[in-house]
Amino acid sequence: MSLVKVEGLRRLFPVSPGLFRRKTGFVHAVDDLDFEIGIGESLGLVGESGCGKTTTGRMLVGLETPDQGSIVLGQADGTQMDVVNLRADQRVKFRRQVQMIFQDPYESINPRRTVFETVGEPLLIHGIGDLGTREEQIREMLRKVGLAPPESFMFRYPHELSGGQRQRVAIARALILQPRLVVADEPTSMLDVSIRISIMELMSRLAKQMGVSYLYITHDLAVARYMCDRIAVMYLGKVVEIGETEQLLANPLHPYTQALLSAVPVPDPSLPPPQVQIKGGIGKAVDPAPECRFVDRCPQAADVCRSTPHPPLEDKGGGRLVSCHLVDRSSI
Amino acid sequence: MMNAVETRTEDPDIPDVLGAEVDSWWKIRLALTRRSFRENWKIFRRNKVGLLGLVIIAFWAIMAAMPTVFFATGFWNPATYDPVTGLELDPPTRTMVMVERITDPNTEIDRRAALLDGRIPDTLQIGDTFDLPLQPAPPDARHWLGTDPLGRDIMSQLMHGARASFFLGILAAVVTVVIGTTIGSMAAYFGGIVDASLMRLADLLIMIPGVALLIVIGGLFTFQLWHLAVVIGILSGFGGTAIVLKSQALAVKVKPFIDAARVAGGSASHIIFYHLIPNVMPLSVLYMMFTVTGAIQSEAVLSFLGILNTDTSWGLMMNLARTQGYLLQVTDYWWLTVPAGLSVTLLSAAFFLVGRGMDEIVNPRLRRR
Amino acid sequence: MTAPKLPLEESGGRAPLLEVDGLVMRYDTEAGEVSAVENVSFALARGEAMGLVGESGCGKTSVALSLLRLAPENARYQSGSVRWEGVNLLDLSDQQMREYRWAEISMVFQGAMNAWNPVYRVGAQIREAMDQHFDPPLGSSETEQRIDQLFQLVGLDPAVQRRYPHELSGGMRQRAVIAMALSCDPKLIIADEPTTALDVIVQAQILEELKEIQQDLGLSILYISHDMAVIAQVTDTIGVMYAGKMVEFGSTQEVFHRPSHPYSFLLLSSIPSVTGPRRRPMSLEGTPPNLLAPPSGCRFHPRCPWATEQCRQEEPPMMPIGPSQWAACWNAEQVPQMGEPAP
Repeated sequence: MSLVKVEGLRRLFPVSPGLFRRKTGFVHAVDDLDFEIGIGESLGLVGESGCGKTTTGRMLVGLETPDQGSIVLGQADGTQMDVVNLRADQRVKFRRQVQMIFQDPYESINPRRTVFETVGEPLLIHGIGDLGTREEQIREMLRKVGLAPPESFMFRYPHELSGGQRQRVAIARALILQPRLVVADEPTSMLDVSIRISIMELMSRLAKQMGVSYLYITHDLAVARYMCDRIAVMYLGKVVEIGETEQLLANPLHPYTQALLSAVPVPDPSLPPPQVQIKGGIGKAVDPAPECRFVDRCPQAADVCRSTPHPPLEDKGGGRLVSCHLVDRSSI
Repeated sequence: MMNAVETRTEDPDIPDVLGAEVDSWWKIRLALTRRSFRENWKIFRRNKVGLLGLVIIAFWAIMAAMPTVFFATGFWNPATYDPVTGLELDPPTRTMVMVERITDPNTEIDRRAALLDGRIPDTLQIGDTFDLPLQPAPPDARHWLGTDPLGRDIMSQLMHGARASFFLGILAAVVTVVIGTTIGSMAAYFGGIVDASLMRLADLLIMIPGVALLIVIGGLFTFQLWHLAVVIGILSGFGGTAIVLKSQALAVKVKPFIDAARVAGGSASHIIFYHLIPNVMPLSVLYMMFTVTGAIQSEAVLSFLGILNTDTSWGLMMNLARTQGYLLQVTDYWWLTVPAGLSVTLLSAAFFLVGRGMDEIVNPRLRRR
Repeated sequence: MTAPKLPLEESGGRAPLLEVDGLVMRYDTEAGEVSAVENVSFALARGEAMGLVGESGCGKTSVALSLLRLAPENARYQSGSVRWEGVNLLDLSDQQMREYRWAEISMVFQGAMNAWNPVYRVGAQIREAMDQHFDPPLGSSETEQRIDQLFQLVGLDPAVQRRYPHELSGGMRQRAVIAMALSCDPKLIIADEPTTALDVIVQAQILEELKEIQQDLGLSILYISHDMAVIAQVTDTIGVMYAGKMVEFGSTQEVFHRPSHPYSFLLLSSIPSVTGPRRRPMSLEGTPPNLLAPPSGCRFHPRCPWATEQCRQEEPPMMPIGPSQWAACWNAEQVPQMGEPAP
């Protein structure tokens, strides 16, 4: 059984050319998205900035409301929770199950609250325990995220912590309610290279310990490789390819995945620099034409790509889903 | 070897936060407050302008407390020194000569003046001399700043006036901040129709000429000092302060920690009171200082115009000088207007200067390296 | 400390354009003196690309700003020299220094948006820079022609110069910044995190173009970056900085092939890779030291898993490791053998 099942998810943002002018169209930030995340699984959502990956994550945690589509959260008792249309009595239950870790540890923690207050805030909101039991829980959580001994961190303000320590505080806050799904939006991209790995290791270790699933949003395929069981590649609001991490990286099928992979710099001066075949930068999907979203930049584009609508995300065998006319089952 | 994910705790730049054992919550709060107060004081201390303001405020605070001490120790006798009912029964005198036609108004009187002034017996003949009791009397050893036309001690009035100014200024500031912070944070958080209606109300209150409105209200009702404080508080709280604090709250609202609180399930009131207001508070305190300045000055204007129903205030002292006709004789009767005017200027400026000093704490960008 | 000589110079050929020798720069702050650049030496030849890598706060940007004398007001140059074709830039007056900025050395700043004034068109801003620095000034048609050429050189449609900065995408803006940096024919461009804010595909394209431009024009480029992978692709030599000190310097090939300072070694091993076998990146524990009170001995010793008593006491000098590689580590010989961590 999957933990989260997303179907036909869509989010449009109106665009107007200037102040006081009429809306001229819609950015299709997230357009007809389907994916699932299993229990304890970590799914990477990879793509360039503006591809809709953050909007997707925000819809999953309820910070953004989809215009269409469904998000269903499987419950421990076998029932399904409809996240898009939560009943009043389900809201609290939902909030305890889904949490988020943000990109910027300098902005995602209230500068006027101590570590104790920040980590304990979800407990306070949900009225869990009294001050004494909360304190015990907070100490335990701080120890788990490597802020030990807790006494020397509990009463610090964020400006007294390093970036890595702040991100640990943010992780502690997200995990203290023992959620089942955590959306992590580029949690290491603002950190110094040398501490990224320890934060990533911490997140994977705690996920295993606590049985948490991640939707791990990143622009960096190498990070996704390290953190995720499966990877979904997004392009202009659409998922173009999903597959098991190692298989997808070893044999990328969609031309965009191939381009993305080839552009990743490799820390070896003896290798030739990456040759990127695709041209130009990513735009915005403002009222996109019906054909394949990638067709203008695709080095392999054929007539069929221009004459037929955007290809559906199809199973090409081995659990690999690709949205491309030119990929058939034999490519696997 | 390198798998342990333990973070070092011995950062050299962070002193051990509290040191003492954690045994009760209020102690921790107190320690944290003291610590942040110490840090802010260090920044504030560097700003000489702010310090000057603080010294002036402290001076006036002592002034405001003095009458209590003087009366209690018997140094001042209430019958003489009470700011409202006190009266100097033995004022200094000046010898005047009755003349046909006055050539020096300071030493001569004529029959017409004798008829008009109740203090002069009408039996005086031309060439007679007469000891005229001086009220207002210039400063002397008993009345350091002289007396007013009713024979009351100016120094005592000045000290009591300081109390009125502190009371008014601080009450107005508290009302401003409570209203401004709440309205600003709510408008920023809810947005939409709440924001639009609150902000149109703010626009309306900014457009109203404050002093003119206060004059009208003063004409309709008996206007006490605390009424004035509340009206000023509402005018500036709903008006300018709310708009400034709203823009600050808007900047806080888009921070990811607000999203984090929403994801954790925080209600609107939780987010407003737990996250928005604490982040807007420093700016609120800053505006509090500026409100005090405005309130003290408004009081002076209204009392001067005789609209405020109050016993003693600096504005009232100048009002008396005006109604008794001494206003334009500043060089001869300076003690009637200059001390009160200077006090208004000094104390209102002092709060403004403290506000400027706090500006550096609130806006770290202004800090020098 | 012996200043590492330029490897390429020894191997015969290009003359040094820039020589930084024993540079010590500190910031006066209220809390005390921050030792931001401590005894840094390196040399850069004409036509060479060099990289300075390290974590934020390691002093790499301070070094770059020192070359242009653009460091903040509270910076104090304690000792050392920055020689540009033999002239010590630290001795020049502000007026003289101005002649070197843009015309000899130009800079591509981090965050391309901030480099532009939002109210002027992109072309106008480049024109202004050219008008100020060309002596005698170019004629207006000549200027126009040159801007067109520059835009083509960095892969932009010349029509883009009539747009406002906010109308450009991140990649286009960064290209336009590069065009501006090239506008006065500098011999050296300092590129401070030139592609950090960009997506990988655009990053790859821009790096490729920078490399082509560098080779075509015979430019020198000093890349400042935290990203070892980017540096690997575009540079000939590399300097690794940690806590204000240069800990390793050498040809990019050698340093990447055989990192000889534990910091470079761990930095390299901590990069997750997309290709090759899935290996567990090593993590580097702890945080960089407080430069108000830098640690004794080797500045890296509190975080170094191989630190010995000697490292805690004595500061290691730059020692030659190979024909064109130097490292400041007492145990440099052993570092390359420290190998992969246990799985």
